[in-house]
Amino acid sequence: MRDVLIQVLYLASSVLFILGLKGLSSAKSARNGMFLAELGMLLAVVGTLLHLEVVRFQWILVGLTVGSVIGAAMAIFMPMTAMPQRIAISHAFGALAATLVGISEYSRHGTDLSHGTMAALGFEVMFGSLTVTGSLMAFGKLQELMRGAPITYRFQNLLNISLFIATFGLFIFLIFEPSRADLFYLMIGLSFLIGVLMVLPIGGADMPVVISLLNSYAGLASAATGFAIGNNVLIIAGALDGTSGFLLSIIMSKAMNRSFANVIFGAFGAVAEGGPARTAEGLTVRRMTVEDAAVQLAYARSVIVVPGYGMAVARAQEAVREVAEQVEKRGGEVKFAIHPVAGRMPGHMNVLLAEANVPYNKLFEMDEINGQFAGADVALVVGANDVVNPAARTDKSSPIYGMPILNVDQAKSVIVLKRSMNPGFAGIENDLFYGPKTSMLFGDARDSLTKLAVEMKNV
Amino acid sequence: MNQLLMLFMQLYVFVLAGILGYVVISRVPALLHTPLMSASNAISGISLVGSLVAAGSDYGVLSTVLGTVAVTAATINVVGGFMITDRMLKMFKRDGADKP
Repeated sequence: MRDVLIQVLYLASSVLFILGLKGLSSAKSARNGMFLAELGMLLAVVGTLLHLEVVRFQWILVGLTVGSVIGAAMAIFMPMTAMPQRIAISHAFGALAATLVGISEYSRHGTDLSHGTMAALGFEVMFGSLTVTGSLMAFGKLQELMRGAPITYRFQNLLNISLFIATFGLFIFLIFEPSRADLFYLMIGLSFLIGVLMVLPIGGADMPVVISLLNSYAGLASAATGFAIGNNVLIIAGALDGTSGFLLSIIMSKAMNRSFANVIFGAFGAVAEGGPARTAEGLTVRRMTVEDAAVQLAYARSVIVVPGYGMAVARAQEAVREVAEQVEKRGGEVKFAIHPVAGRMPGHMNVLLAEANVPYNKLFEMDEINGQFAGADVALVVGANDVVNPAARTDKSSPIYGMPILNVDQAKSVIVLKRSMNPGFAGIENDLFYGPKTSMLFGDARDSLTKLAVEMKNV
Repeated sequence: MNQLLMLFMQLYVFVLAGILGYVVISRVPALLHTPLMSASNAISGISLVGSLVAAGSDYGVLSTVLGTVAVTAATINVVGGFMITDRMLKMFKRDGADKP
């Protein structure tokens, strides 16, 4: 009877998870959807606690309490600009839980594991542990605890691939010889190492793909846990998480016109090694003052704002909204053009602008807005670089050639807010900055925009 | 044989859930991709289910220790993930309607 009740709870919980994700298909239904998913999680936990195997509750309570306090604190106090880091480290937590459960299962059953269960367990700890260290590396890069630029060395791919083949070989061997505990732990150690080495050569601009991919791995590790302990709700939730991450990484790769393999094996910075295709020598940029920009924006009928990672770094989203409001007060129209890989994770810009109270019906995806740049009086580029670089269309030698970009260069005039003339993350020169219609407003984006909003009131 | 059959039943569930997930998630607009990530993160905290059994059952010290750490890590994801998703979703507003 008890078992039936548990299964009913698990079934309900699986259905609620799916309905919850379905809610995310629109901003209106999203919060209700998440409520369903939360309910689903509650049912799954209740169902699990009913298991006869669960006999002591003191350590469960400790874990739940400590976890809730840490989780809630992170959710409440973390600034929105730190979302990419938070997402990255939470993949590490999820994968850690899966890995530890796997190790505990293995240590308990040891030699009497069936081949099928061993396959699931092996997969779980292999993907789990490489996701733990990979996510921690991604966290370190995003939090700037370590250099964000790609770290490359000779024979890097060769080393990584051989390590992966060796680890995978151990995994296969263990399926046939589950009793070899030494090899089991060696496999875990190697997987930890792979996680580190895999993320080392990946630069900031590629982070959206990597974060999505790690999301997918964490999900797959959970699903494997489900296979190992024979639990369908784990399999279903893990599969949902796995496909979600996988789908996002495909979308992100497409938005950069690169394949998975290229992101993982072809460090972005390394592509330019053959000698930069073009340099900026001999070209001059047109600087402008805040006053010039204020006049130009004040008389603009239509403005398209293009935010990029620079906006997140400068925490300039509030200031962007202030400027947009000034334009609107004078009867102009403001739209926001969001490139799929602007920022460091999928949807990064949308969240920041939502935080600054920019209504989401003013945010447009690339395909929706690209035809409208030609009719825009001003394109205001706030800390975006590679996603507006026309070289992606024209320069075959450029590492970003073929990447779909926002057609900022078609606008009647372009104002670029930028800290300095340093090239973007990918280290590529941007012709847009030297274009005849482009004016550069140098300085901290938040600072410039705040001044700009004040100045516009006086125009 | 029985073992293999069970594995296949599990594969059924996994593959069908994966396809369903693909269909549902491909309808999530780019606008909500970050909330989607944090939501799926919270849902991946479902490894809590396995962790609870490891922490609460009587299978020796190692299992209890690993289980407790796993419960903590998974709970961070569940609680933190759902809370931050809600915090984000609250911010998404349509034009004008909500302004004082």
